[in-house]
Amino acid sequence: MLKPLGDSALLIQLGDEINPALNARVHALDALLQTIPAVIETIPAYCTILVRYDPLVTTYNQIKNFIEEKTSLLDDATHRPFRRLEIPILYGGASGPDLEPAAATLSLPPSELIRLHSEREYIVYMMGFTPGFPYMGILNEKLTLPRLPTPRTRVPAGSVAIAGSQTGIYPVDSPGGWHIIGHTPLKLFDPTSENPFLFAPGDIVKFSPLPPEKDNLAHAASSTLPPLLPGEGQG
Amino acid sequence: MRDMLELTELTGIATLQDSGRRGFEKFGVPASGPMDWFAYQAANSLLDNLPNSAVIELGLGELTLRALRNTSLSVTGSGYEVESYLWTFPLWTSFYVRAGWTVRVKKTGGGNWAYISIAGGFNSPVVMNSRSTYLRGGIGPALKIGDVLAPANPPADLLKLAARNFSGAGFMPYSQTPFIDVIRAPQADWFTPEGICAFYENEYIVSLPFDRMGYRLQTLAPSSPTNTITKKNARELISEGMMMGSIQIPADGRPIVMMADSPTAGGYPKIAHVTRASLPLLAQCEAGAGKIRFRETTVEEAQENRKKISMVFKTPQDWKRMK
Repeated sequence: MLKPLGDSALLIQLGDEINPALNARVHALDALLQTIPAVIETIPAYCTILVRYDPLVTTYNQIKNFIEEKTSLLDDATHRPFRRLEIPILYGGASGPDLEPAAATLSLPPSELIRLHSEREYIVYMMGFTPGFPYMGILNEKLTLPRLPTPRTRVPAGSVAIAGSQTGIYPVDSPGGWHIIGHTPLKLFDPTSENPFLFAPGDIVKFSPLPPEKDNLAHAASSTLPPLLPGEGQG
Repeated sequence: MRDMLELTELTGIATLQDSGRRGFEKFGVPASGPMDWFAYQAANSLLDNLPNSAVIELGLGELTLRALRNTSLSVTGSGYEVESYLWTFPLWTSFYVRAGWTVRVKKTGGGNWAYISIAGGFNSPVVMNSRSTYLRGGIGPALKIGDVLAPANPPADLLKLAARNFSGAGFMPYSQTPFIDVIRAPQADWFTPEGICAFYENEYIVSLPFDRMGYRLQTLAPSSPTNTITKKNARELISEGMMMGSIQIPADGRPIVMMADSPTAGGYPKIAHVTRASLPLLAQCEAGAGKIRFRETTVEEAQENRKKISMVFKTPQDWKRMK
């Protein structure tokens, strides 16, 4: 289903839920859209793709036809290219302050929370919120928690967090309302690098726990950000 | 080095912006670029700059530049005037500046943003294919007093570029009481008919705080059942892409229009989307002062209108000598 979003973009809706198969179709279609010449940019999300186009080059109806043609090429057997990434994570301690309270709320030993979080492969459903933030899922349902009642004003870059059925990693110091259960030493966003992002939408991710003593990371303190508009909350 | 201008005084917020950062929205990086694309494009056009050249975007304040060498500048936007050496220039003109002269961009009211362009476009490090500053993402610092700016590709003939008047300025009817054209957004049918009605009937002002990320709107009248934008049910939106111009309606019913540094995704339903042609009008509405009404249009009409406006940037024959 296609709907205009203003006069230079449109939204493709492939479904209305968060599930891996639907999201795989999103990323498969997103790959096909990149070959349409008038497409400037796409934003694949859970079950939608925002497509920006140049209205001085094409019209809404023309681009709509192109996209419908590509959509018709999609079928359940569509193979989509993806990368598999293993992310080292130090669970708990000072860099995962919510591990123990979250485990207590879930009535699990912290070690079981760690096991359940690190045993699965996750899909990067979409990216957003801040540059390079991956929205990943689906968590084991035993790990489902509501967001923090009061978001933190500053979550350090590298923090690995869970909320609802999702897990994510904060790429830059920013406010955040998810439960911080660990920290990765990897850099998720480096604007000066040729490849500024560690993740891409559609990646497959698995966490690999670091032994606690091996790591003693000091977080680089940096700027505090002004409060965010409600619109950019972590969906 | 071709150091050309020193920033000697500044209030408000000044950043370098080019036509925007493309290709990284799917990674969560806003497009950025100018709040008012029309004034931005005109500022570059006046100096024969490449259409994606970096300019200074000045918001809600004033600045003074001291020329270290001869150059040509242009200033466009709304709510400002320019003093250079002994003269006051109207906006939407280009002018020659001699080494040692001082150029002041002064706030006069009736707008938010001014664009100061230099012949050859401003030079600055290119980050992810763009010179646009994105402060929340840590890309490029804001300009500050003492900064020395240089052009990227200074042209040889500066005088040729001076004393031009942008004849297309009339194509953007800046006003503090504008009608803003919008197109139905994907979740428009999530709202009750009365709620939709309220959206188009209400007169809105831009409320503080406002910045490059988004403008919050509020009605002047106290909220009542007839001016509240209500949803049909409590359905929640699964986060999806959004961009400059998207109008989100959060739970409190007060619209938020996403602007140049819009987050790339959001979880509130979108009732409508501002047309490209109307974005400059909205961008220049002053917080607490401008009064906005929305008016529905179609994609076809909006695209036609946009094409007409873009024609004013096409041909150098459009230039008229000021004298």
